[in-house]
Amino acid sequence: MAITPPSERIWWKEPISKIELSWVIIAFSWGLIMFFMMIYWHGAGEQNLSSEAYKIKPEQFAAKTQAMIDAHTVREESGFPVVRPPAGSDVYLTGRLFNWWPILELEKDQSYRLHLSSVDVQHGFSLQPVNINIQVHPGYDMVVTVKPDRAGEYGIICNEFCGIGHHLMAGKLYVVE
Amino acid sequence: MSSNTVFRTCPTTGLKVDLAAEKLIKANAVAAVIFLAIGGLFGLLVAMTRWPEVHLLPADWFYLALTAHGLDVLLVWIIFFEMAVLYFASAVLLNCRLAGPRWAWTGFALMLVGALITNVVVLQGGSSVMFTSYVPLKAEPGFYLGIILFAVGALIGCFVFFGTLVVARQERTYEGSVPLVTFGALTAAIIAVFTIASGAIILIPTLLWSVGLVNNIDPLLYKTIWWAMGHSSQQINVSAHVAIWYAIAAITFGARPLSEKVSRTAFLMYILFLQLASAHHLLVEPGFSSEWRIFNTSYAMYLAVLGSMVHGMTVPGSIEAAQRARGLNKGMFEWLRKAPWGNPAFAGMFMSLVFFGFIGGISGVVMGTEQINLIMHNTLYVPGHFHGTVVAGTTLAFMAITYYLVPLIFRREIMFMKLAKLQPYLFGIGAAGISVFMMGAGTLGVSRRHWDMQFADAVLPFDYPSAAFLMMGLNGMFAILATLGGILFVVVVVGSVFFGRKLAPDEKPSYPEVPPQAVVVAEHGSAHTLKIPGTTMLVAIFFISFVLYYFVNWKYLSEVWPLS
Repeated sequence: MAITPPSERIWWKEPISKIELSWVIIAFSWGLIMFFMMIYWHGAGEQNLSSEAYKIKPEQFAAKTQAMIDAHTVREESGFPVVRPPAGSDVYLTGRLFNWWPILELEKDQSYRLHLSSVDVQHGFSLQPVNINIQVHPGYDMVVTVKPDRAGEYGIICNEFCGIGHHLMAGKLYVVE
Repeated sequence: MSSNTVFRTCPTTGLKVDLAAEKLIKANAVAAVIFLAIGGLFGLLVAMTRWPEVHLLPADWFYLALTAHGLDVLLVWIIFFEMAVLYFASAVLLNCRLAGPRWAWTGFALMLVGALITNVVVLQGGSSVMFTSYVPLKAEPGFYLGIILFAVGALIGCFVFFGTLVVARQERTYEGSVPLVTFGALTAAIIAVFTIASGAIILIPTLLWSVGLVNNIDPLLYKTIWWAMGHSSQQINVSAHVAIWYAIAAITFGARPLSEKVSRTAFLMYILFLQLASAHHLLVEPGFSSEWRIFNTSYAMYLAVLGSMVHGMTVPGSIEAAQRARGLNKGMFEWLRKAPWGNPAFAGMFMSLVFFGFIGGISGVVMGTEQINLIMHNTLYVPGHFHGTVVAGTTLAFMAITYYLVPLIFRREIMFMKLAKLQPYLFGIGAAGISVFMMGAGTLGVSRRHWDMQFADAVLPFDYPSAAFLMMGLNGMFAILATLGGILFVVVVVGSVFFGRKLAPDEKPSYPEVPPQAVVVAEHGSAHTLKIPGTTMLVAIFFISFVLYYFVNWKYLSEVWPLS
């Protein structure tokens, strides 16, 4: 029994039943398939998160965001600047207590280098309804190249608990034709 | 040295029980159940707040309750119970005295004091930073101090367990190798030492930071080391509850592992690879290379997952073999149909096995896939997954073994047996529902740890699809079901322990009926006689579900924005 010492003293020499051995082999092979699937997707898939990131001081990141806002704001909405940076450029999104700053307007099927960082605590960038979720850390500038493939209005929710106003922290992003 | 140790002989199993160990098992189990009740209550409040039509608590209380819920059930209930399991699997199963009962009591006291400090600090309101307390969110110093004291206490408990293994070996209280269940508990204790060391490495500096002695803690570094504690501590649970599955199979059916070698190797896989799991929490964080993510998140090519998949066959397989040896040989599933479904220990154990595999296990592997994590990270899918592992898996298994501990260790008859029979179904189905519906809501993008999914006061409004609201309503309903199951458990266990009929010293309790050793087939450990078609079918169903669900999620991923 499992609650008594093995009845065979030399249990490691017991033969293994065929059915058990087969399952071990199947399960091991499945593990390999899942392992190589991740590698395969780096070549064949289009959704792979970048590992490009830089250390940055919060005030530096805020300044870069502000520079982009100053150069490319096209209108204002509920007190947020709506910024339309040129296709292919570096765009900045700052997470802060309790909003995503500013509102970005991107062009469909164009690539952007999206910089994400926080100026205070950790936040969670959660783009809805596409459901892309990226953790945002203070002190780290994470660069993700995104290519929006559907026009529309998107919500950006904070999905890392960041304080008492966490549930107020919603932002917006537009993708236009 | 051991002259003042007093033993009694268990009339049911014939094992010698050190009374000092017995007292410690009782104390730890009682503390565990008390914190389960407190933490469970907080959980109910959380679920009732997340049910949009109910929306029970105000925001500050919600975040407070959620912090307390995580601490009390994920950490305090489970580790206290694990201490009881460690002492049981060493002193009792090895017929041995417990090494250093005074040390064990010191550990117990530290854990209790630590748990109380942290609870009081959280209830004071200034430390609603969630269980994970990610810096630079700052809690009161007492928050970290309490957890550190608790962890030190647990560490002492682990060393008492190791010491007992040494004593048993020196005093030759058993023949050959330790039982498989003890081996599983050893796995849990080894992982616990790694876990607690990681916790100390990160929480001690964080404590110093919260009192102002350290300037800055890097948030990414914190997260990496914190999760070496946070996720590994869940692997302690896995090892412990798998050991309990084997124990319940053995006590209920006299089941023998199909192969000691395979089951022990599967536990060894846990020791070698489970610690890499910190990476599961770092898949969408800045700066990690893909190579690092892929290697670590897959536990080095899924070798720890392999361990769990093996247990997933060998546990029901050993039950099937024992049942067939007893003549329940008709068709594929007579052994399972005629299993003692009215025995709460067996019912809880078997549901724990099924839910852990199908809900917690599959979702964990899928979510832990490097790229797929992108569409799940920090959504409600995450708590959906770990309620499948820790609640429907671990907690249900711990509840199940408690039904055996009460008569065998507390020496009390179970009261309210009819309620006890119902309990695992209520709790198990409730917990499974919570898991599934949270995963559903997460797939629709709903954030975890979030007070208001309607964004009523947000400057820029946002609407989730209406299906997400339905999911949260269903989650609330199943949370009520699970709470009822939890209340029944506490009523039955506390009632029995304090008011149940005391068993006379040599009295064999009517429950559990432990089959005489002779019924156990001697042969089914060998390769020739083993036939387990029912288990093979169950495993095949599991495998097909796993493969389908895995690729469905790749399909979902392929539909989101291209990004690199």
